[in-house]
Amino acid sequence: MNATPARNDVQLGMPRLPAPDYPADVRARLEADAKEVIARYPGSRSALLPLLHLVQAEEGHITRTGIRFCAEMLDLTTAEVTAVSTFYSMYRRTPSGDYQVGVCTNTLCAVMGGDAIFEDLKHHLGIGNGETTEDGAITLEHIECNAACDFAPVVMVNWEFFDNQTPRSARQLVDDLRAGRTVEPTRGAPLCTFKETARMLAGFPDRRPGAVEATGGAGPASLIGLRLAKGEVAPGHADHVVSPRTTADGPPDEAGPSPAASPDGGVPPRRDDAAGPADEEGK
Amino acid sequence: MTVAAEFGGPSRPQAGGANSPEKVLAPVLSAFWDEPESWTLQTYLRHEGYEGMRKALAMAPDDVIAYVKDSGLRGRGGAGFPTGMKWQFIPQGDGKPHYLVVNADESEPGTCKDIPLLFANPHSLIEGIVIACHAIRSHHAFIYLRGEVVPVLRRLHEAVREAYAAGFLGKDILGSGLDLDVIVHAGAGAYICGEETALLDSLEGRRGQPRLRPPFPAVAGLYACPTVVNNVESIASVPAILNKGKDWFRSMGSEKSPGFTLYSLSGHVANPGQYEAPLGVTLRQLLDISGGMRPGHRLKFWTPGGSSTPMFTEEHLDVPLDYEGVGAAGSMLGTKALQCFDETTCVVRAVTRWTEFYAHESCGKCTPCREGTYWLVQLLRDIEAGKGRMDDLDKIDDIADNINGKSFCALGDGAASPIFSSLKYFREEYEQHITGKGCPFDPAKSTLWAGTDAHLGVNA
Repeated sequence: MNATPARNDVQLGMPRLPAPDYPADVRARLEADAKEVIARYPGSRSALLPLLHLVQAEEGHITRTGIRFCAEMLDLTTAEVTAVSTFYSMYRRTPSGDYQVGVCTNTLCAVMGGDAIFEDLKHHLGIGNGETTEDGAITLEHIECNAACDFAPVVMVNWEFFDNQTPRSARQLVDDLRAGRTVEPTRGAPLCTFKETARMLAGFPDRRPGAVEATGGAGPASLIGLRLAKGEVAPGHADHVVSPRTTADGPPDEAGPSPAASPDGGVPPRRDDAAGPADEEGK
Repeated sequence: MTVAAEFGGPSRPQAGGANSPEKVLAPVLSAFWDEPESWTLQTYLRHEGYEGMRKALAMAPDDVIAYVKDSGLRGRGGAGFPTGMKWQFIPQGDGKPHYLVVNADESEPGTCKDIPLLFANPHSLIEGIVIACHAIRSHHAFIYLRGEVVPVLRRLHEAVREAYAAGFLGKDILGSGLDLDVIVHAGAGAYICGEETALLDSLEGRRGQPRLRPPFPAVAGLYACPTVVNNVESIASVPAILNKGKDWFRSMGSEKSPGFTLYSLSGHVANPGQYEAPLGVTLRQLLDISGGMRPGHRLKFWTPGGSSTPMFTEEHLDVPLDYEGVGAAGSMLGTKALQCFDETTCVVRAVTRWTEFYAHESCGKCTPCREGTYWLVQLLRDIEAGKGRMDDLDKIDDIADNINGKSFCALGDGAASPIFSSLKYFREEYEQHITGKGCPFDPAKSTLWAGTDAHLGVNA
């Protein structure tokens, strides 16, 4: 399921020459970083995933040069490194945009509107799953469950949370990104580029002032239970119907607050292609 | 569609009543998430942070293990294995390094508890790690965080830095003689790495594929050394147990499922979110205090603990949500991810999408799972699109049966669960897709913004 056939680079006959190395100054800088990462682990090979994030931070995707670098640093073959890099979906195999826009289309988000958002964005940007806009700003992808179901539908940009999205808000989001306007997630720090994000994933903390503090302690949905337990009513909520009953006896229903979801709408496109976001294969 | 008569009146829970939020809920881990800087060490210390660690470090390691075992804490990652017993399995005096690996690869569809917990209160995990490492005599702990949650990665980096600076990590912690290093390790996108042995392979820099067991990680885990793999919430629950006592912990929940836990309500409910409560609360109670389903709609099906746990329906609203209660009703407590879908949702669409997920995430090691999930997707897509045949229903049931229990890990079992349970409760709906040659549902009605007129005029 994980193998994706190589595209146009099938070669017969002579094996390919080894990948070129990084320029000397880049190599020296990356080597220093790599050694710092490797030193954290009791076994050096454990540093492979972080090192792949590191070379992705350099070039925006995993290149043959990056694979060669990881192999040399860890005393592995390039085949071993390639086998690992192709297993994980966060490693890109082709050049792509500064902003990775991922729309969750796993069941819950899909049903809550993720399918409509994804279809709408494909149409709005004129690109398909995994493709990049011509200006190199945005790579659009559908993603799997990102552990934010209580904020559905969820869109991730460079792996920061954009909660409770609608087609309209998602369109605004990508328009802002393409126009170079500042975009702030609902949970997470002001956006940096995909390469800068990859460096954090390699294990180098975000040093930007205010990045850790950004958007506060917890999102509103995370706090609802706590607020109710404290006798508060969740903000902006009004009374309304309660859950259905299946038994005739038992205590009378009690109602709590309800959300004023303030949806801003946007027309969900028809789902004319039932397969939708799932027709692409592989990771 | 709506069945207004089925819904109660617009009453409000009585303060102090048996079903009031104050009685039903029990915030412990989430108790101060609403503070302005809840994630900082300073805030954590104001709320008795690292007190449990002080108590644990004053105890002998074996006594800590016995204490956690006596508390009855069970794993919060899905399987519910007693945490103290897992620690006890680590051989002592074997001369090998021991490791603690925290599974923060939260990826099970519907599951969304560890990520908000780590975002709002990462120090509860760090403190739990120190206690656990003292107990199992480990000097190295790893937090394997899924890579796709950078805001949480940021907070974990910061929490670990703060803990080192305060002397809660590093050499000779608080003069106890315990040396401990904690490494935050970001994954790279693979659901299978939430399976503990696949996680270990991934942490060793390999493709994340499950290992054959035995040997279990307690004997041969990371680098073939004794290793405890625990879920985030399990470890984060330990400090409160040490600080407030096992009897306090046992005062919540039941004999076999004691304590508090995070329930994650999502989907077509009025107020999706995190609800921390004693184990054994029912979905009806949670819906009652939280405003029920979204206005004018009723519950159709729900999962008790993520997509891998067989689905429930309205008839299960009163099932106690603890390990025994959910098990007796034919499902699993799992991760307490209560995904609620109302009558506008097509169950065939839901199951098809989950199945596509399992097919995508199958690591490919075991044939039944790799091939079975692929063929399930083909058949389900046809059924959803109205191109299925009646005997396809027996066929998907048969394929699911050929996956279930026949692979190295539980991913295949998880893929079979929605098939079995949806056929059990909603076979008629599958048949409708076949006889009606299409899906009778309108997906627009299920969306967050359904029923509002805000969308009018924007269909440019």
